[in-house]
Amino acid sequence: MVTLDKVKRGQSVTINLIQNESVRSQAIRFGIATGESVTCEEVIPAGPIVIRKNRQLIALGRHLAKEINVNLN
Amino acid sequence: MSNCHNCSVQIDLPEGAKRIVLVGNPNAGQSVFFNHLTGMYVDVSNYPGTTLEISHGLYHKDGVIDTPGVYGISSFNDEERVARDVILSADIVLNVVNALYLERDLFLTQQVIDTGVPVIVALNMSDEAEKQGLKIDHQFLSKLLGVPVIPTVAVQKKGLDELKANLYKARPGITDPELHKQLDQLCQQVPSRGEALLILEGDDSIAQRHGLKPMDQREEIYLARRHGVNQIIEQVVTDVRKYSRFANTLSRLMIKPLTGIPILLIALYAMYQIIGVFVAGTVVGFTEETIMIGYYEQFVRSVVGIYFNETSILGSILIGEFGILTMTFTYVLGLLLPLVAGFYLFLALFEDSGYLPRIATLADRVLTSIGLNGRAIIPLILGLGCVTMATITTRMLGSEREKRIAIFLLGLVIPCSAQLGVIAGMLAFVGPSFVALYALVILAVLAIVGKIMNTVLSGQSSDLLIDLPPLRIPRIKNVITKTFTKTYHFIKEAFPLFALGALIVSLLQVGGILTYLQNVLAPLTVNWLGLPKETATAFIMGIVRRDFGAAGLSDLMLTPLQTVVSLITITLFVPCIASIIVIFKERSKKEAGIMWASTWVIAFLVGGIVAQLARLLGGDTSMQALIIAGVVWIVVGIVIIGLNIYQKRANSLTLLKQA
Repeated sequence: MVTLDKVKRGQSVTINLIQNESVRSQAIRFGIATGESVTCEEVIPAGPIVIRKNRQLIALGRHLAKEINVNLN
Repeated sequence: MSNCHNCSVQIDLPEGAKRIVLVGNPNAGQSVFFNHLTGMYVDVSNYPGTTLEISHGLYHKDGVIDTPGVYGISSFNDEERVARDVILSADIVLNVVNALYLERDLFLTQQVIDTGVPVIVALNMSDEAEKQGLKIDHQFLSKLLGVPVIPTVAVQKKGLDELKANLYKARPGITDPELHKQLDQLCQQVPSRGEALLILEGDDSIAQRHGLKPMDQREEIYLARRHGVNQIIEQVVTDVRKYSRFANTLSRLMIKPLTGIPILLIALYAMYQIIGVFVAGTVVGFTEETIMIGYYEQFVRSVVGIYFNETSILGSILIGEFGILTMTFTYVLGLLLPLVAGFYLFLALFEDSGYLPRIATLADRVLTSIGLNGRAIIPLILGLGCVTMATITTRMLGSEREKRIAIFLLGLVIPCSAQLGVIAGMLAFVGPSFVALYALVILAVLAIVGKIMNTVLSGQSSDLLIDLPPLRIPRIKNVITKTFTKTYHFIKEAFPLFALGALIVSLLQVGGILTYLQNVLAPLTVNWLGLPKETATAFIMGIVRRDFGAAGLSDLMLTPLQTVVSLITITLFVPCIASIIVIFKERSKKEAGIMWASTWVIAFLVGGIVAQLARLLGGDTSMQALIIAGVVWIVVGIVIIGLNIYQKRANSLTLLKQA
């Protein structure tokens, strides 16, 4: 298990756990929730992580990505 | 306990009139629907306890209320709180969803349906979706949601008549049976199902209204809702979209620093050519000089001059140098209007094409180090147009902490377009290394002040979490409408502020206070900054209008170093009087007062440091200018490293305490 900020471009992951409660609730609205699978589209060095879920592209700040535990698919 | 009508906007409606509430995700295009339903007669009221404004108008006899764009209704920010309260008081909710982002937008739709209010859905941008190969079975969608769904293309007025015809057929939709059971139970304790839902979802303030404890089932409910929406999507959407490889590649290039920064610089350069050169030069030259000063002011002076002498007190307030009828109109209509429209045009282009969220993604890294996130790039860029406009835009930031940092940085370091014009003109004569000195010192102040605020201020800034819509060619009609509405609202909001500013300045002038301040500043200017005595006058004029201040400097004979010192000081010096009024409006009096006083101190401190360094190291040659810049940045580097160490210590201390 790793956190989302450690994921490399092109890797596909399954969301495992989002620790911070307010992050969790906001992420769910974008379809990022436990059990959902997403692909890492881009990693900006020391900056945001861009993930793809189905057709949607979502940019998450690095700090936020650190709060999200994922399993590599 | 209070019922919900007390906690929402107060609008006077005739007996038996319904409250029709518009709800949608950000940029779903609600405003077009709102305007179509209400026509011309729209009121705007400030939502109690927030800086948010709510538009409301009439559709036949019923009230129509707009709400801020949100992704869901909870208490994550002011927008959501306002949307939540207005929705809870609704008789009918018109939910605008974007057919292109159905997956995202239906979450809000389902949440609104779960509150139990009658809902009708406008499936907007349905043409665009179809064009891209996204087929949505709206009849099936309507069946699954349990509410009417009408496909629309709002900007072309397609489907709007059908929507109106079906408006009163809005009905409560289908809620997950499990959730329904829980809601029914809780409904025995609270008057409405909407409030019951929010209490189940753990909404503190709604629970408090009923003396209940919030329950913490938010996550379960959200997950189930998300799951339900995903299933609906699977059943109603056939996606045969082909993505243009070019748009995908471009999207990637835009957010990677190595290519993204050059692309951003090109975009900013285009902006500079159009706004800085064409609008600020040619257009403003015509609107300000020819129309406003040439015709308008002449006319007003001659008419008002019949009744009041221009040198009398009332005369100078009305038509004097800083007169309400003369300077305010010329400034706002002749100078600001074209510039602000230019900036909003670019903002609309960036937004409609999908470039804006990508700029935010690119800038996030840098902005997080000063306690902001990528979204703050919008007010910072707008600040280069007009600091007053940008300060108003900081309302979109996610937390009080970010608003505080952004507003202070705007007031302190960001020169507005009016001032930039004069600054650029003066820097043209000092040579590249002195230009570099100016730019490096201003950047140093931005970096260090941002860093200090980020370290010292309590609380946490919000993180970036945005979706990146597919890139597309901007639709001209959208862009024009957006530019027009935003410009109109800005002028409407800013005009009274500029008038008030002009009044204050005139009173200061009539009372002799401006001269007094100039005399107080003079010794500081001569001894500490090493500038001629007259520069003090220029600084004080900067309070009136920032470009007045800068323009006052260009008449003086200054050495390159003196030019740079005076420009640094005047850039950092207090924002113009209209900006100050906005800051006082947006923040508490105490906070605004501290900000205002700090800009005085920082401006003279930094200007003085550069002047004193020049005295020590010499400041006549290009080499010496670069050495000064180097020294300033070494100091900045040391302070930032120091702050990082301090922050790490503080963090580990709190960790220790927790353990």
